[in-house]
Amino acid sequence: MRYAETGFNLEIDLTRGSIERVPTDPRLTELHLGGLGTNAKIMWDRVAPETEPFSPDNLLIFGSGLLAGTPAPATNRTIVSTISPQTRLFAFSMMGGFFAPELKHAGYDKIIFRGKSPEWVYLWIHDDKVELRDATHLVGLGTLESAEVIRQELGEPTAAVASIGLAGENRVFFASIEQGRSSCSRMGCGAIMGDKKLKAVAVRGTKDINLAKPLEFIKLCNDALKFIVKRNENPIPGVMPIVAGLGSPQEMAVHDEKWHTENFVWGNARTRRKDFWTDEIQASWTHTMETMRTRLLSCHNCPMKCGAAISVDTRLCSYMMKCFSKLTYTMGAFSDLDFGLRIAQKATEHGVDAFSAPQTMAFAVELYEDGILTDADMPGFPTKSEDRFYWLLDKIVRREGIGEILADGTYWAGERIGKGAPAYAHNCIRKTEQLPLKLGMLNPIYFLMYCTGEKASITQIEGNFPQQPFPTREENEAFAADWPQIPDERFRQWFVEWENRGEKSIPNYPNGEALNEIVDWQEKLHYIDDSIGICAGLSSFPLKPPFHIHNLPDLINAGAGLDLDEAALVHLTRRNRNLVRCNNLVRGLTRADEKPPDDHWKKRFPELEKKLLDEYYKYKGWNPDGVPTRDTLHELGLDYVADELERRGILKTEEARAPAPAPNVGAAP
Amino acid sequence: MAAKEKTVKTIKIDVDKCNGCRACEVICSAFHAAPKYSSVNPARARIRVIREPLSDIYVPVYAGEYTAAECAGRDKYTIDGKEYEECAFCRASCPSRDLFKEPDSGLPLKCDMCESDPTLPEPLCVTWCLAKALTFEVRVEAAEPAADADDVDLGVEALAHKFGWDKLLDTVNRLSKKA
Repeated sequence: MRYAETGFNLEIDLTRGSIERVPTDPRLTELHLGGLGTNAKIMWDRVAPETEPFSPDNLLIFGSGLLAGTPAPATNRTIVSTISPQTRLFAFSMMGGFFAPELKHAGYDKIIFRGKSPEWVYLWIHDDKVELRDATHLVGLGTLESAEVIRQELGEPTAAVASIGLAGENRVFFASIEQGRSSCSRMGCGAIMGDKKLKAVAVRGTKDINLAKPLEFIKLCNDALKFIVKRNENPIPGVMPIVAGLGSPQEMAVHDEKWHTENFVWGNARTRRKDFWTDEIQASWTHTMETMRTRLLSCHNCPMKCGAAISVDTRLCSYMMKCFSKLTYTMGAFSDLDFGLRIAQKATEHGVDAFSAPQTMAFAVELYEDGILTDADMPGFPTKSEDRFYWLLDKIVRREGIGEILADGTYWAGERIGKGAPAYAHNCIRKTEQLPLKLGMLNPIYFLMYCTGEKASITQIEGNFPQQPFPTREENEAFAADWPQIPDERFRQWFVEWENRGEKSIPNYPNGEALNEIVDWQEKLHYIDDSIGICAGLSSFPLKPPFHIHNLPDLINAGAGLDLDEAALVHLTRRNRNLVRCNNLVRGLTRADEKPPDDHWKKRFPELEKKLLDEYYKYKGWNPDGVPTRDTLHELGLDYVADELERRGILKTEEARAPAPAPNVGAAP
Repeated sequence: MAAKEKTVKTIKIDVDKCNGCRACEVICSAFHAAPKYSSVNPARARIRVIREPLSDIYVPVYAGEYTAAECAGRDKYTIDGKEYEECAFCRASCPSRDLFKEPDSGLPLKCDMCESDPTLPEPLCVTWCLAKALTFEVRVEAAEPAADADDVDLGVEALAHKFGWDKLLDTVNRLSKKA
């Protein structure tokens, strides 16, 4: 018997309309867990590096995490993998909600789509019954609209439905896949779904998910719940309210947005408004939120309430939202929260990423104001900022007029427009729009995370180590005193010594071993989460979470029946992390791509930055080009990957013969 | 006859506090698995959250009695601008819906308040509901002194329910002659 997972994938060939239920190799679970890990393995094995994103040979994988659907809180993540049209690299966009547990209960760990359907279809999975159904009547409908029509026509009010809107249908490079209160937003997975003429996937399952060691597993769950109650009662003092607790930043519950509105930048990621947050604005925005937010919501089996039902001009729920999407449209358009919540309803129905879409619209506004785009390019472009955003959103999701170009995101649109436009796409990493954040002094931890994050989203790498020291050493000590989540004692000391000014402050501290270990620790936890399908909000993302490197091996073992200790889990995670990287290296990722936006910090230090990246690569077991060495890959059982990298000239054979990097790289002490 | 008392166990449900996470379904199905906690499956849960996200309706309902027939008419309630089906509040395992039935056999499921040995302080759905939409309450109520229906009555009624009075009386006649 397989535990936690089902042991079966669905293979759907959309070209031929064939559906197969395929048993999976339990050895792959031992090597890669599930979710992101096994997605990366399938993409490596089956999608040639030359494959174009919009080729029928590109796969679209909906992968549940290994523990998804178990009683462990927040084990609800679906990891969607494909080749991104935006980055042209390996994408892993993730959603919470209810999809992964439902898929597991139907009896499948993953759905793997290949080919392209000749006509619009949706997939309906009800336990052993799996069918492709006509979706021509759904074309043009919004994401939530189509989900509702599907539930009604199937007579299945509780089916989990993941769907695309106009943006996905029209292959907008930042199109999302929406599912109830959650979405796969980054890297354009919705565009791939649209390219395959797959409007939606609906699933309902009524089968058991088995646990290997039930009593041990439930004890760990109960311990976590008790911890969460205590942690919720004791927010971290001295940090901004939205990140003082667990979950994703609590922007649906907390009205105080001083930190975001004054520290993040407005418009096309340019303008900092240092005295923005007045009493008047606080009162007005609080009123908006309290009248439009009808309920705080959670994903499957999670006590955190990161999401909210937002009701636009009705007592009912118009759509669901979470986290920073609350402010992205507001800040992009220099408007207010009422506008932000209203346009986000339309954007959610169209299915676009709430980071990239408003950034792309603000980019267009700036190009227009600077005369690079003109009335000839944008006939009928309104004058009022809010009207302009609605106008642009509509053009983009339909790929009409200027929208045809803007739908490719700021990087590609800049290249296509020319006339100096590429310089306006200034807030990208790996061709992907980033959080609108512009700061003063280079932070070495964030520098490395921005450079090397394979997903090009900082929130997918940062986490358990505070973003900055407290004002005094005493406060650092108080924070670090009760900190069982750290891998070992050194981390406590590294944090205590960190200061805002002086010798041990950014950009020179942390450095060396401390810096590399802190960055690696934060990244590692995300890779574990993304493979077991636990939400980062209870593990890798917030300060002092219930799940950490010391209890995750027990949870995985008791749930899935594996036998991992900390060192083995770390080793396995390095295997997944390197495999994800190699998926990108064969698709052309190079060291030159690994840099934050030029204007991310005012104060930059080219020599220091080069040294930091050199040292971090070495620590990771990568050569100076950022390519894992043959020794690293051999140690991880990835010789077949090394062979391919060598065959393609990405891993130079002379380097492969060079001495091994420092031992115990990334291993638990 | 002396006034009697009875103990009533209640799960109080505050629908305004429900965050729609379904943890109650998860832990209920795990607790009632055999062996205990060995599997999870909300389809087997004895508590379900009636969910209509776009209508902002979240109603946790725990399983009551089995009913052989569905209601002839169904009411709708409008509460605070939201329209609820009567079934959204109904605890019956009923032919009109697939709630509270074992997915394999179709046999009805009923909440047992997590009775177990050793006794739990409260049903686990309540413990796992950190949103506090569910609270457990035990209260003592005055009970109408019920006529003691003795076991024979119950048995005969059950047989009559199953086979009908005519058939039952015929059979009793026939068998009593033999005796």
